[in-house]
Amino acid sequence: MAHYDITTPISDADVRKLSVNDTVTLSGTLFGIRDATQIHMFDHGRETRFDLSGHAVIHTAPNVRKVEPSEQYPAGYAPVCIGTTTSARMERFTRPLMKKNGVRMVIGKGGLLDDSLAAFGDLGGVYLAIIGGTAALETTWIEAIEDVDLDDLNPESLWKFRVRDFGPLLVAMDSHGKSLYTTVRSDSRGRRDQVLANLGVKQR
Amino acid sequence: MKIDASHVEEAAKELYIRALKVLPPDIKRGFDTLAAKESNVTGRAVLGTMIQNIEVAEQTDNLLCQDTGIPIYNVTIGTNVEIGGPELREAIRRGCERATREYPLRSSVVHPLTRKNNHTSTGPGVPVIHYDFSADAETLIIEMVPKGSGSENNSWLKMAVPAEGVDAIKAFVIDCILDAGGRTCPPTIVGVGVGGTADLCVHLAKQAATRALGSQCQDPEGHALEQELSAVVNELGVGAQGLGGDSTAFAVHVELAATHITMNPVAVNMQCHSARRSSATFTPKGVEYGF
Ligand code: SF4
Repeated sequence: MAHYDITTPISDADVRKLSVNDTVTLSGTLFGIRDATQIHMFDHGRETRFDLSGHAVIHTAPNVRKVEPSEQYPAGYAPVCIGTTTSARMERFTRPLMKKNGVRMVIGKGGLLDDSLAAFGDLGGVYLAIIGGTAALETTWIEAIEDVDLDDLNPESLWKFRVRDFGPLLVAMDSHGKSLYTTVRSDSRGRRDQVLANLGVKQR
Repeated sequence: MKIDASHVEEAAKELYIRALKVLPPDIKRGFDTLAAKESNVTGRAVLGTMIQNIEVAEQTDNLLCQDTGIPIYNVTIGTNVEIGGPELREAIRRGCERATREYPLRSSVVHPLTRKNNHTSTGPGVPVIHYDFSADAETLIIEMVPKGSGSENNSWLKMAVPAEGVDAIKAFVIDCILDAGGRTCPPTIVGVGVGGTADLCVHLAKQAATRALGSQCQDPEGHALEQELSAVVNELGVGAQGLGGDSTAFAVHVELAATHITMNPVAVNMQCHSARRSSATFTPKGVEYGF
């Protein structure tokens, strides 16, 4: 259970050092993506001008305010409230995101599934769990919205954030085939029968 | 008591923004109760982050969670309250739209087929508005619940058969909680609807999930069932955010209705840890905001 302060992008070797239950704090660039962003990138063949290789993406669709572009708000957007959405809906995009765009870290809530876990092993990546529903806190970790692409999909645009001390995030799925979600899930399912017995439920 | 539609509009706007920023005191106490009992290191850290987030939201006057949810308004009309029905409905809709445009809030609402977002948090049938009546003289209560999708996407209905009895209800609730895992942003309030028709059953589950912690099912059997389920739910080990530990749920709430001799419906709907609510009470003295 080690802690790592990481400045993005990250190398293959460094991402493979991370194991489940380690914690990570990120600084540098972070990209925001969501359902529609990836549907357009991978189902409709849209390209982004951003280089995502070695980078981290967060499953989000932020609340933003349109402002005059300035040094503080280079993209013409001020962050209002930036939080994280449930990752599992976007399961099928993890592999193409890693393979085609070189993404190495996916941040989200609730975890990803088996295909993503395999992709993390094959291509060198991790899933970092953030605490869902703590957007007020997350917003304080974001320094600026630096740029935005595919903005016709707003709020599901491809966002480029500058972050400092973003975290701590929990490594919940690693490149060694381990997933904290699988562990907790099998553990909690193992408790089902005892709980039902405590409720006096007769199992046929 | 005559009520001006513009005041309702103002309240509908205010309620949405308030609900997104400040958690009700019963939920805050719920966090303290769970944190005091949590034995898992990760679980304690997760709860700590959630509690810190509640404080940061209040200090920075920011939204608790980025998901502005589907707006739901529950209207309770007392006696001698004078306002036109359609006028009331339109005032609520306008207030909801204005909150979204003027604050501005992220509109999370789209047309279900075209997926088009009007950026108003409204659309066909949304905001969801429920109307009920009370015997309170000259009182109009509007409650607002922004219902997050993480928890709403995990909703279930089972038309069990009478021969399966209450055991089917209990087992179904436990299986839904296990199935949901971390996707509902636990700790949750697990809302269980029992009986009624299919649609009423789901509605009851939603009512159960969104009522205050510490409130009770008015039916004694229903209350006994919610106590029994609440007592064991945190033995499941799903934990806060599904990352393990003792904080799977704040409580299990049950609401029930009579049902058909051949039916045994049970529905589950959950409210996430961002268990947001706000309310406005109109009386001859004016409008008072609360939770
Ligand atoms: S489920 Fe609740 S806490 Fe989680 S992201 Fe949605 S609204 Fe926020």
